[in-house]
Amino acid sequence: MGQKGIIFDIKKFAVHDGPGIRTTVFFKGCPMHCWWCHNPESHKIEPETITRKVVTSSSKACYEKKEVIGREVITEEVMKEIEKDLIFYEESKGGVTFSGGEPLFQPEFLIDLLKKCKKRGIHTTLDTSGCASKIELLKIIGLVDLFLYDLKFVDEEKHLHYTGESNNQILDNLKTLAKKGKKIIIRIPIIPTVNDDQNTINQFGELLSTIDILRVELLPFHKIGEEKYLQLNKVNRMKDIQKPTKEHIEAIKESLEKFGLKVKVEE
Amino acid sequence: MIERIQKLRDQSRNAIPSLSIERAKLLTEFYKSGNVEKVSTPVARALAFKYLLENKEICINDDELIVGERGPAPKATPTYPEICCHSIKDLDILDSREKISFKVSDETRKLTEEEIIPFWKGRSIRDRIFDKVDYKWIDAYEAGVFTEFMEQRAPGHTVGDGKIFVKGFADFMVDIQQSFENIDYYLDAEALDKREELKAMEIAATAIMAYAERHVEKAKELAKKEKNTKRKKELELIAQTCTHVPENTPRTFREALQHYWFIHLGVITELNTWDSFNPGRLDQHLYPFYKKEIDEGTLTKEEAKELLEAFWIKFNNQPAPPKVGVTAEESNTYTDFCLINLGGLKEDGSNGVNELSYLILDVIEEMRILQPSSMVQISNKTPDSFLKRVLEIVKTGFGQPSIFNADIIIQEMLRVGKKIEDARNGGASGCVETGAFGKENYNLTGYFNLVKILEVTLNNGFDPRTKKQIGLRTGDPTKFKTYDKLFEAFSKQVKHFVDIKIKGNNIIEKLWADCLPSPFLSIIIDDCIMNAKDYNAGGARYNSSYIQGVGLGSITDSLTSIKYNVFDKKTCSMKEMLDILSNNFKEKEDFRQKLICDTPKYGNDNDYSDEQTKEVFELYFNAVDGRPNTKGGHHRINLLPTTVHVYFGSVIGATPDGRRAFEPLSEGISPVQGADIQGPTAVLKSASKIDHIRTGGTLLNQKFTPSFFATDKGIENILHLVRGYFKLKGHHIQFNVVSADTLRKAQKNPEKYRDLIVRVAGYSDYFINLGPKLQDEIIRRTEHGSD
Repeated sequence: MGQKGIIFDIKKFAVHDGPGIRTTVFFKGCPMHCWWCHNPESHKIEPETITRKVVTSSSKACYEKKEVIGREVITEEVMKEIEKDLIFYEESKGGVTFSGGEPLFQPEFLIDLLKKCKKRGIHTTLDTSGCASKIELLKIIGLVDLFLYDLKFVDEEKHLHYTGESNNQILDNLKTLAKKGKKIIIRIPIIPTVNDDQNTINQFGELLSTIDILRVELLPFHKIGEEKYLQLNKVNRMKDIQKPTKEHIEAIKESLEKFGLKVKVEE
Repeated sequence: MIERIQKLRDQSRNAIPSLSIERAKLLTEFYKSGNVEKVSTPVARALAFKYLLENKEICINDDELIVGERGPAPKATPTYPEICCHSIKDLDILDSREKISFKVSDETRKLTEEEIIPFWKGRSIRDRIFDKVDYKWIDAYEAGVFTEFMEQRAPGHTVGDGKIFVKGFADFMVDIQQSFENIDYYLDAEALDKREELKAMEIAATAIMAYAERHVEKAKELAKKEKNTKRKKELELIAQTCTHVPENTPRTFREALQHYWFIHLGVITELNTWDSFNPGRLDQHLYPFYKKEIDEGTLTKEEAKELLEAFWIKFNNQPAPPKVGVTAEESNTYTDFCLINLGGLKEDGSNGVNELSYLILDVIEEMRILQPSSMVQISNKTPDSFLKRVLEIVKTGFGQPSIFNADIIIQEMLRVGKKIEDARNGGASGCVETGAFGKENYNLTGYFNLVKILEVTLNNGFDPRTKKQIGLRTGDPTKFKTYDKLFEAFSKQVKHFVDIKIKGNNIIEKLWADCLPSPFLSIIIDDCIMNAKDYNAGGARYNSSYIQGVGLGSITDSLTSIKYNVFDKKTCSMKEMLDILSNNFKEKEDFRQKLICDTPKYGNDNDYSDEQTKEVFELYFNAVDGRPNTKGGHHRINLLPTTVHVYFGSVIGATPDGRRAFEPLSEGISPVQGADIQGPTAVLKSASKIDHIRTGGTLLNQKFTPSFFATDKGIENILHLVRGYFKLKGHHIQFNVVSADTLRKAQKNPEKYRDLIVRVAGYSDYFINLGPKLQDEIIRRTEHGSD
């Protein structure tokens, strides 16, 4: 029998998490607690119950539904779901993406899944914050075809303040991956008033121009997580932050491009 | 869009559909003339056809390039009293109903009352049908177990092939002559019937040529009066064209289009055939004309496009003939289902996409009119670039073209014994129906309400709505110990109603063969001339009678819900379930939510539910497939709904899948609206668990918000989705690209959204022309929106 793990969703036809048509497996549990996280249900590793309001179509009655977020699964179960769309991965040169939460937060489970995917010839993408020990990283490095590597800051102090974790290991891990010649896409969430100032952007530019990466993807802050904070009864510290303007995102893009980087905006 | 086309397009779009009494009046005159009794039925029909074409008004619209209208003016729509004689009440409904109305003038009303009804009452085929079928058929029909396609419209459901583009009617006359000579009066007991049929074809061929001649005269007359020298020249060219075709083989691109158009008018004037008529593989047929003229420098690409667009508008000028009652419910649209096929394979098995395929896509994109419909056949030999161009048009939210799997269409035809060349020259027509173009009579005979039959089974054969014992007494369902017992009872009921439907079909087909042969259509469908047999009597090379299963998603989810909740998880007893259903979930909203949210559903690639899909498919297939029809062919199944899923839902109480009483059923092989929560790949996987090759077509609708098509990568992913589905041997997929918000706005403010066309089910329609229930449903259909 395979490893056990906790996931909170498996999304088919995921077309924004790597090349082609993919299935994204969302791991539950994350060592970081970024203020702007739009998946607050992924923080705790343990399954948790939320209350959703359901509006029924014709009766217009509002009706409350309890829902458990997260479930324990074994790798075979997840593989069965992943393999259902094999034909679409083959057609589109897609595959599977492990996201979260932080997949590296459940390393044994992740390694087991990655190994099984490799055995089936499925392209693997890891969407990670890089917040893991170097040993864990080295264990999976050969099993991942593409890294979607999230950076929030270069500055250690700000990183610690807004995410609750140190940035040193994260940046170090990134360099390790690059040295091993892995394919890396850097993803930066652009959070107004937090990391969208010119200074921060320049720091990104300086750092990334020294590392071999495919491109940078900018993820403008959006408010889709708002409802979830309410349902989970969690404090939403970004309540008053509005999404950045198109012009501002464009300016950031241009700034980064001046460092010789390839930049794409993910809407 | 060039000015002329803009003008013609506006003319067509702004014309208000009206009922034209011309055809009914002429036909009644003819039938009263005393000439009918003197001759055989086929000859009488041919003479009636000739009389119509000799006496109907000839209409050439301003600035037209391709000429000829079915009625006296664009969208003036004739009636066919020999088929369905409308009552005064029918006319009032047609005139006043909110959707798909036809204006009825006082003169039309008066003539109908005084001349048409007194003569045709009891003689129309509709009256004869209801007189000849037995009470079991009537009970099932009235309960909404099935519909009947041939009670208001004629068998047609057929498509032209390449031969009509390389033969003139003078050539057909030679073929008919040859067939006359082949009649063996000494050994063939049918010799006399054959002679009469051939005589009838000969009269019909002469009639269409004379009809073209009347256009020559009209064009000359207009040219004489025309002040504008450019238009004068055009009218002279029209006269020249109509002198040559349809009598002779067309020589130019323009002649080919005009030639086809006369044939089209012939078919839809003779009878009100379902799916009007259709040139089929238009890019294949026209390519030789196009290539030759481009090479010789007598035609430019721009001129070809203009001619095609002028041709397109002619289709839009002919709304589907007015329908009433159940027929109107099952096909509530002005669309007459002429489905132009592009791409696919050539007869030798090579890729059929050519330069003209792309040019016709440009025409489709630019015209954005209701008719004709269009589709592309995608084979594994079709280049991605072609499919990509198609998706760029689909992206604009116009609902066309729909996308078909050429390789599977061919396999479907090979399975039932058609020759490979005939299969490769064929395609899909109407909504999604597979056929050997130019060689097959493949009629849809009626929709079959699988969900209604479950309701009847759960009531031990009794229909709670009509309060009649219409089914077998298969037992009290609360006594069933296992799910298998329930399925066994359901199977018996399905077979019972298929028997009733097929018995009725055979009676009705025979009535059509005996009373209303169609000699003109017979000329152009192989091998009617050679067999000296009418299209309606089995003259075609292949003859298929389809019964269209409806509600695959709803029936799967209903059976699954009983299996899951009553037998496997035992969350409720059968009695509790039935009581809750008969009360339409009154005060049981929680229970209903459980049925909706916590019970496996078709469309999610879940084997638990999809097992029922497969079982129902096999049951239905085995009940229908291979049973003989009256034309020497067989009954087959396909799975499509047009708009009947709304009507079929309106006759059924609450169902175990959580559907409230009288709400629409699922359509085609699409999941129940909103039940597919695993995304499009899961839908395609579920849909591919049935064996499409054993059908004559399945319809799968996928709604996407425009965001999915926004980037090149997005379009490529949709392309891969299509290729993946086709690798899984799916027959057809169509995309509705529109946001629910836009639709809601359109519902509130229809006059601002008059141009909004959505894919309904196998065809597109103006959103504002749909009934509110159908509008709601289209809004609800799962949106696979991006986050």
